[in-house]
Amino acid sequence: MTGPASAAPRTLPPAPPAGRAAPAATSSGVRATARLVARTDGRGGTCLPVLESDGPLALRRTRGDADEARVVLVGAMSGPLGGDRFAVRADVEEGARLRLTSAAATIALPGQAGGDARYDLRIRVGDGARLGWLPEPLISARGSDLRVTTRVDVAPTATLVLREEQVLGRVGEEPGRLSGRLVLRVGARLVLDQEVACGPGAPAGWDGPAVLAGHRALGQLLVVRPSFAEHPPEARLLGETASLVPLAGPAVLVTALAPDGLRLRRVLDAALAELG
Amino acid sequence: MTKAALLVLADGRFPAGGHAHSGGAEAAVRAGRITGSADLEDFCRGRLHTAGLVAAALAAAAALGADPVALDEAADARTPSPALRGTARRLGRQLLRAARSAWPDAGLDALARTFPKGAHQPVVLGVTARAAGLDARDAAYCAAYESVSGPATAVVRLLSLDPFDATGVLARTAGEVDRVTDRAVAAARTALTEGVEALPAASAPLLEIGAEAHAARPTRLFAS
Repeated sequence: MTGPASAAPRTLPPAPPAGRAAPAATSSGVRATARLVARTDGRGGTCLPVLESDGPLALRRTRGDADEARVVLVGAMSGPLGGDRFAVRADVEEGARLRLTSAAATIALPGQAGGDARYDLRIRVGDGARLGWLPEPLISARGSDLRVTTRVDVAPTATLVLREEQVLGRVGEEPGRLSGRLVLRVGARLVLDQEVACGPGAPAGWDGPAVLAGHRALGQLLVVRPSFAEHPPEARLLGETASLVPLAGPAVLVTALAPDGLRLRRVLDAALAELG
Repeated sequence: MTKAALLVLADGRFPAGGHAHSGGAEAAVRAGRITGSADLEDFCRGRLHTAGLVAAALAAAAALGADPVALDEAADARTPSPALRGTARRLGRQLLRAARSAWPDAGLDALARTFPKGAHQPVVLGVTARAAGLDARDAAYCAAYESVSGPATAVVRLLSLDPFDATGVLARTAGEVDRVTDRAVAAARTALTEGVEALPAASAPLLEIGAEAHAARPTRLFAS
């Protein structure tokens, strides 16, 4: 799941997390679902009544602020590989505050079993809650085939900051096939539904002048905030290949393309600092 | 009902305002991303498989009788750029005016009442196809073809490209227009039972970013 930018040998973590069986490994890949619930502790802070790691997906609580819990997603083995089915379920309940980061980039790699890998994120943010979902990039290595789906349901009074970064290939490497779908609902309203597909096998034109035009890093910053319903920020460009736009709902989307992950992060960090 | 209605609807001279739009091609030309017919072809393929597929599926679903309000919300969610949302609604309004004159129909009247500021163009296109006695496949064909013919025609003017070369691009992408139409119709049928999430959501980051760059420009040949 994480590691240096090379095809690390696939090693199992030393021991399965307490109270859970080892990840279900089949001939077609590993199935793993990590679960997380953040809840107010009644003293102005946030506790984590559910923090379930599963196989390659390890969740670790780290020291947070007074009112905000912090969790780091730590990859305990390489992947996702072809055939793997990874999922994370996060529920930030009414009034809770959570910030999630990851320890290192996720690298999609080809698997021996072949076939595609899936990474499925389902995130709920309840009334008055706040979630910062700021993982490291996803790197699509040559020969890999990964479909990522992120479904986020946000209450109209909640706040969300979500970052997604995709890097096509390690340094000097051709990318694998990657598709990412991001669906946002605020209350009952569908506010964003978009999918970007790229790499060998993606529909023609993915690297052409309408879609990526040779850029090898793409990223999004999605910010949902109740005040945007009344006062949405104005659409504007952030350089030649990035824009900040108000969506059809109380949310803002920054879309950025860059030659590499480092320059992509700079654009998104600048936007994040501005949007808070 | 007559199939020739499809030719009327798909004709570039149908008075629905499409000629004033380049489908993002002007922004791509200005950014140096389209310099000739090879780039144009790559651009058209990229647009066809993203915005074209989404528009075709929305049009097919509307032609099948799916709820226009749900489809319009789905179109909004698939169009992050407010400049493109505005363009889609303006084009929808213009198409609706032309359609109500050509094929008077209660469904079109109802659409006008529900969306006084205009619905997304593909939604209007689907309801129009229905009013003209055409089917979901016809509606999807119109949308998919428009997603490549708009930029191809525009680039002839923007780059003084040989019209024969631009038409060659349309001829070479025709097979892909067929396949995108098939996918769009299949997705639209699924959406009737499973809801709008079954519709494709393919997006093209540079079309979205380029649309905002274009809208901010003081002088331009095409509206979008």
